[in-house]
Amino acid sequence: MNYAWNWGVLVQPPYLEWLGQGIAMTLAVSIAAGIIALSLGTLIGIFHSSTSGAMRLVTGSYINLFRNVPLLLQMFLWFFVVPELLPKAAGTWLKRELPNPEIITAIVALGLFTASRIAVQVAAGIAAVPGGQSMAARASGLSTVQAYRLVLLPQAFRIVVPPLTSEFLTIFKNSSIALTIGVYELTARTQQIQSFTYQGFEAFTAATVVYMVIALTVTTLMTVIERRVAIPGQSARV
Amino acid sequence: MSGFDVSVILDALPFLAKGLGLSLGLTAIAMVGGLALGLIIAIARLSRFRTLGTLAALYVNGFRAVPLILVIFWFYFLVPLLLGRPVGALYSVLIAFVMFEAAYYSEIIRAGMKSVRPGQWQAAQASGMTYLQAIRLVVLPQALRKMAPLMVTQGVVLFQDTSLVYVVSLHDFMTSASIVANTQNRIVELYVFAALVYFALCTAGSTLAQRLSSNRQRAH
Repeated sequence: MNYAWNWGVLVQPPYLEWLGQGIAMTLAVSIAAGIIALSLGTLIGIFHSSTSGAMRLVTGSYINLFRNVPLLLQMFLWFFVVPELLPKAAGTWLKRELPNPEIITAIVALGLFTASRIAVQVAAGIAAVPGGQSMAARASGLSTVQAYRLVLLPQAFRIVVPPLTSEFLTIFKNSSIALTIGVYELTARTQQIQSFTYQGFEAFTAATVVYMVIALTVTTLMTVIERRVAIPGQSARV
Repeated sequence: MSGFDVSVILDALPFLAKGLGLSLGLTAIAMVGGLALGLIIAIARLSRFRTLGTLAALYVNGFRAVPLILVIFWFYFLVPLLLGRPVGALYSVLIAFVMFEAAYYSEIIRAGMKSVRPGQWQAAQASGMTYLQAIRLVVLPQALRKMAPLMVTQGVVLFQDTSLVYVVSLHDFMTSASIVANTQNRIVELYVFAALVYFALCTAGSTLAQRLSSNRQRAH
């Protein structure tokens, strides 16, 4: 292999700064999207576990729609198509006046996409709580909301911690797709360093290491959470 | 915007169909290659040789920690350098997809193989089969039933992921739609049409996966 390695390029200005900005952007987009995904996904998951047929149809449609279109195309739809379909004033505002439209679009698109995946996990978690729990909650006079809040959700969340871990990991990886609409996150920055210096492999290596560190951190955090919230005597992992 | 113009889609259909062909072809090759390599990795991970298992685990966890786009970039620049001559984006991308998918398929295969009851392994070995014979004749046929729905689901994910070759300008379905959208200045029509096509194909795949999984449950 005929390649002149030059690791020094990574600490030269402005490349070190680019990498730092890229990491910050990846973290910011992923965490913001993660918050949207977790709250909206939980809500949809709860409604998806309801007995009402109409409710299940609505939530099921959301889940199918967002799961069956590539995320890259979803980003394009939010970024290029939605402003055209809105009333003129709103479309112009989105295109001209909204600050950093590409970043906001990326967060929203990634958040709504991941929400559909989290909703499936949450609904499965609720379904995995033994049926007697729900009946016992109703029998003790709890309302539906109370039964979910006090009995079903606390158990369901403990069950879904492992699958949620992998969804959170996926958010960080998927945030790289935001580069297609012009967000300068980590992968975009390495690509930029490649085209400026032709020392792409150093930059790709740095990014690979950062993604691995992120994965390791998220996995460790979630394991700690799983252990902290485990109900003594009741193993969450079956 | 001035109405939804279907004619621009009809005019571009041959070009778009060619792109869809590449997307489907890429999916098929990555699936077959990924399954084959994934099987080897899964067997390595379950083997008695500790070093082999550790290497396989490193491979799987490494690929699963990084975004596919970064993997595509890696191979896009690495493959021509390793071969010492330009090979075109398609070959680099094919290698990237096969190696990336192998990490995911190996996890599905490993889980499937582990779900086969230990008595089956022991019985196979007691009947004088070698390790590989036991895997081929006893364990895999049973594991396959369990794995089939997950493999199809992963295939749907893979099909969606092929849209990422957009970053190296290969003319898959997504990129073709984007090219027409920009040259004809018909962004809404083309992206909505692309979404409908992806949605229809992926829904068909997801439905197949569901059917496979409910068939299996009924059989037990």
